Amino acid sequence: MLSNKPFELVCPAGALPALKAAVDNGADCVYTGLKDNTNARNFTGLNFDDAQLREGIRYAHDRRVKVLLALNTYPQTATWGRWTAAVDKAADFGVDAIILADPGLMEYAKTKHPQLRLHLSVQGSATSYEAINFYHEQFGIQRAVLPRVLAMPQVEHVVQNTPVEIEVFGFGGLCVMVEGRCALSAYVTGDSPNTVGVCSPGKAVRYEQTPEGMETRLNGVLIDRFAEGEKTGYPTLCKGRFEVNDETYYAIEEPTSLNTLELLPKLMDIGVKAIKIEGRQRSPAYVAQVTKVWREAIDSALRNRAGYAVREAWMAELNKVSEGSMHTLGAYYRPWK
Amino acid sequence: MKLALGPLLYYWPRQQVFDFYEAIAHAPVDIVYLGETVCARRHELRVQDWADIAKKLAAAGKQAILGTQTLIESESDLKTLRRVTEETDFPIEANDMGAVRLLSAEQRPPSTGLRTGFIAGPFLNIFNAATLNMMARLGAVRWVMPLEMSAAALADLQAARPAGLETEVFAYGRMPLAFSARCFTARRFNLQKDDCQFKCLEFPDGLLIRTREGEEFLTLNGIQTQSSKVYNLIGEVDAMRDLGVDILRISPQSQHTQALLDFFRQRIDGTLDADAARNGMATLGLAEPCNGFWHGKAGLEQIAAQAAAR
Repeated sequence: MLSNKPFELVCPAGALPALKAAVDNGADCVYTGLKDNTNARNFTGLNFDDAQLREGIRYAHDRRVKVLLALNTYPQTATWGRWTAAVDKAADFGVDAIILADPGLMEYAKTKHPQLRLHLSVQGSATSYEAINFYHEQFGIQRAVLPRVLAMPQVEHVVQNTPVEIEVFGFGGLCVMVEGRCALSAYVTGDSPNTVGVCSPGKAVRYEQTPEGMETRLNGVLIDRFAEGEKTGYPTLCKGRFEVNDETYYAIEEPTSLNTLELLPKLMDIGVKAIKIEGRQRSPAYVAQVTKVWREAIDSALRNRAGYAVREAWMAELNKVSEGSMHTLGAYYRPWK
Repeated sequence: MKLALGPLLYYWPRQQVFDFYEAIAHAPVDIVYLGETVCARRHELRVQDWADIAKKLAAAGKQAILGTQTLIESESDLKTLRRVTEETDFPIEANDMGAVRLLSAEQRPPSTGLRTGFIAGPFLNIFNAATLNMMARLGAVRWVMPLEMSAAALADLQAARPAGLETEVFAYGRMPLAFSARCFTARRFNLQKDDCQFKCLEFPDGLLIRTREGEEFLTLNGIQTQSSKVYNLIGEVDAMRDLGVDILRISPQSQHTQALLDFFRQRIDGTLDADAARNGMATLGLAEPCNGFWHGKAGLEQIAAQAAAR
């Protein structure tokens, strides 16, 4: 049996090299996905086949690190068997928990594999303890990942009113919309986070140099245009510049990423059980660097919460891998809303 | 097939809302969804006001339903949620799993005297038979298909649908595509949500987002982001009937809601053909239509009638 840590660092493992990087640099848990649309990072070249998953589990378990499998898209009736087979595989291979969003699939897992630990995915859109307790009562979920919408006192209030462990996002890509409640990518490209496991997919992206500048399009829709000298960003559709009432600006969200290092002692104080690093699509080098910094920060806060301070070296390392992009506290900081 | 008016997604002045539903009492609609489902800060009407409107509509022969807030963040949101779910005079539409918990048969057995049947709203992500059956077991008497679901996926679900469970489809309106903790309308005016100055009141059909080349793209409606195009399944009414869809939902607009209800009513009753309805709607000067989701495509696409014909 793996030891239960007081506060867990949950790191992304898009593929076997990233899994090893996370394990080697201090992750308590890694989360993975299969090579299909059963998970919300259904990207070409990413994820695990059977042999890789077995090897990943062996590698992690040998080093007392847990392996979670994300099966967090919503199965369709016609392809239901793919998801139940994935649940069976998780149980058979011995993953430590599966991360689910669909109630029907949770019921299947609970009935067929009562010993298998269930986590509620962020894609389940559970933002209140009433919703989380629903999944607890119905399926016995033991952990819930909160959507990136709650302010710190709201997170605390959830923790106080549920027996379910709470995991929050700490670092990486920031969804400004409630996960599981966003059909923007489906609207523009036909590919949906909920059912296909992708957002603003690469196959719909076009970069085009024009006299007005570098244009980025998603299925033909102009997401942004970059003047000479401006860094061209990936056209994630909620992070482009648009016109509203004759003003052009980042109408929904800036191309920014979440960084909550400074909130770490507070998150521990209020009883959050685990912090999640986003980025299964990122490189092993990225995962190694981010995991290393967060391991140090968590250990530092666990040793002496009152004396905790974000070290400049940590920020420098994180800025290196996020290529100097902007950081935000997101919804944890109320004025962001 | 029955016709429903969805919940008012925008923020209108109090009197305008009362006037709107006064007229709806005489409109050719069978079911009316009421209540503030988008933003807790909107308070022109309180739950009691919505319940009063519901009573009037019920007296006029409509089935009146109260909907719950879709994105719940605070204890104060939960208080309002409980206020709605404890309402016993009307069925309730559950728009998140917290509401499902409070409305489920397990939480309120018949012995308590509270009505148990609820409507599983369009944001519950009911995509497969297992989830649909579970909702029915928990006490759902009707479910609303997720907006992004295709006709093909619906057909599979209809085949597995539990007896007695009604199916409703969002058939007209700007589509509510996303919810956020952030208020995008307030953001446009450099205001924080907590001090939004109720800017939504100035935009009775939301605030249009264009791309940098002027193409209409999305609609900001407070914390909700909608399509700029209107989802319009007027050409798919027969297909929906063939699939056993029981109810079509029309989303309220500041203009022409009555006319839209009339067009759909006539299509349901078979007194107007699809081409005539489409042509008639085109004269209203509405936003560009789309129907991509129904046809399994990107939502913003419009599949022509010929191409869509079976």
